[in-house]
Amino acid sequence: MSTVFIAFQTNETSRMIVEAITDDNPEAVVNEQPAMVKVDAPGTLTVHRATVEDKLGRSFDLQELHVHLITLSGHIDESDDEFTLSWNAN
Amino acid sequence: MTMTSEPTPAAKKKLGLKERYALMTRGLDWETTYQPMEKVFPYATYEGIKIHDWDAWQDPFRLTMDAYWKYQAEKEQKLYAIMDAFAQNNGHLGLTDARYLNSLKLFLTGVSPLEYMAHRGFAHVGRAMPGVGARVACQMQSLDELRHAQTQIHSMSNYNKLYDGFHSWRHMHDRVWYLSVPKSFFDDAITAGPFEFMIAIGFSFEYVLTNLLFVPFISGAAYNGDMGAMAFGFSAQSDESRHMTLGLEAIKFMLEQDPDNLPIVQRWIDKWFWRGYRVLTLVAMMLDYMLPKKVMSWKEAWEIYAEENGGALFADLARYGIRPPLGWQQACDDKEHLSHQAWSTFYQYQGAAPFHTWVPSPEDMAWEAEKYPNTFDQYYRPRFEYWAEQEAAGTRFNNATLPQLCQVCQIPMLFTEPGDPTRICYRESEYDGETYHTCSDGCQAIFDHEPEKYVQAWLPVHQIYQGHCFGPDADPTSPDFNPLLEVIKWYRMDVGTDNAPYEGSRDQENFQAWKAMQTKN
Repeated sequence: MSTVFIAFQTNETSRMIVEAITDDNPEAVVNEQPAMVKVDAPGTLTVHRATVEDKLGRSFDLQELHVHLITLSGHIDESDDEFTLSWNAN
Repeated sequence: MTMTSEPTPAAKKKLGLKERYALMTRGLDWETTYQPMEKVFPYATYEGIKIHDWDAWQDPFRLTMDAYWKYQAEKEQKLYAIMDAFAQNNGHLGLTDARYLNSLKLFLTGVSPLEYMAHRGFAHVGRAMPGVGARVACQMQSLDELRHAQTQIHSMSNYNKLYDGFHSWRHMHDRVWYLSVPKSFFDDAITAGPFEFMIAIGFSFEYVLTNLLFVPFISGAAYNGDMGAMAFGFSAQSDESRHMTLGLEAIKFMLEQDPDNLPIVQRWIDKWFWRGYRVLTLVAMMLDYMLPKKVMSWKEAWEIYAEENGGALFADLARYGIRPPLGWQQACDDKEHLSHQAWSTFYQYQGAAPFHTWVPSPEDMAWEAEKYPNTFDQYYRPRFEYWAEQEAAGTRFNNATLPQLCQVCQIPMLFTEPGDPTRICYRESEYDGETYHTCSDGCQAIFDHEPEKYVQAWLPVHQIYQGHCFGPDADPTSPDFNPLLEVIKWYRMDVGTDNAPYEGSRDQENFQAWKAMQTKN
């Protein structure tokens, strides 16, 4: 199965986003590199707004991801509540 | 507190993201009546790409202009706060070593002008696309690319106050021999039609290749203490995520619109993968040789971002009938050699490059050997050790013979035959009674398909030999005329400073002196 990934600049907001991702995507693997953190997952990965809000203790618009994002891979499907990366081929 | 801590207006409003996107990107256009549509959009059909329904275009991020401005403004505020703090606190003295700066000199002369060309290219392509969704996405990307050019120039202008080689990057970009490599890449793309441009930049460059520049190299910049480059690089790459998505969307859109588009798209993928891969030769060298503290090898970066990620992408596109690009396997095989062959070339031509080079230290060579157990000790260590001996003997090797350039990628003929790293690869094609030379099967195939385009290439070495690269005060009839020196002056390099070896350079001396002053009064 192909891997999808998403990488963020390391900061306090992205720390919470990454925690939310690992809570919601048990197969996700966190890979820390200088000034950045990359999360890999087999096939698909979803960021749930509600989980991020729970971690941050405030409201969160998923488009705020753009401010901390470095790069990603996979097809994107974004709504107000979920941001999903996936590959169609297995 | 940051701006984002307040609930956004969008969150209070009840319209969903998909509805907002539809409202902000559909119904903004109209059918023209004074002129037929095909005259208003003259470039939309001549490449042979068939589009039946522009409304099928979707931006998966569903970013609308209002949200775009909001988040881009926030990125800019973060970025400039870091750049200001870095400059105010003499951040340059926190660098690992002044050798690091040479990767930035290469970046500023070779990459930043491309950002500006991408700005122009997407403005042009956005105008040429008849569909509104695609036009909005191109407009955002055009603005992004202008932002990238500006932030890179601002960030690196701080170094220009203190270090050599940063002063004439724009002038050099149009003239210096190896800078014609990235320049010709973009010139090739913007002189193509709009759909080819989308594949060239939106797909091959952004999706398959920018990760290799803006992720491991920029992580390396952070590792080497450069907060300015870290800030502009990651900030730029966050836009690239959108650009990659646009590129992938563009390719899916073309393939879904008409089966006749498949062979055209495949040919462009083949061509632009190889063109982009050749430009990345410079990045390979930056990762393996120019970062004093190395974050990962070119080979490792290639495995993660090309083989794994690109492999996933092409596996996904197989359902449309797309196969991995021609040249893919060779690029994967060459990961063992690319950076070593490139750095060897720049070392030899130190006198003609406005950044410093050096022989890797014994510790650095140990790192290379560990990262490249199949090739470094066998093929490249002996060369560097020989050059180290020559330097120690006071007879540094400087190659005074200008190299032959590839007619397509414009890189000197430095690459070796597939499967034989001891023989330089040469290919020849005939066109209109003339012989043209290319560096590889990939570049030869590109030439052979569009020879009428590539015979027009402005090849720096040919231009030097034709006498086009001297300043107005050069006098070829004078008895002490030194043609190579005159070319360097025409490049606006400060002779003996910008183009000196790192050992003994003014950058090296100043950096060490300023570091020593850091804790004294």
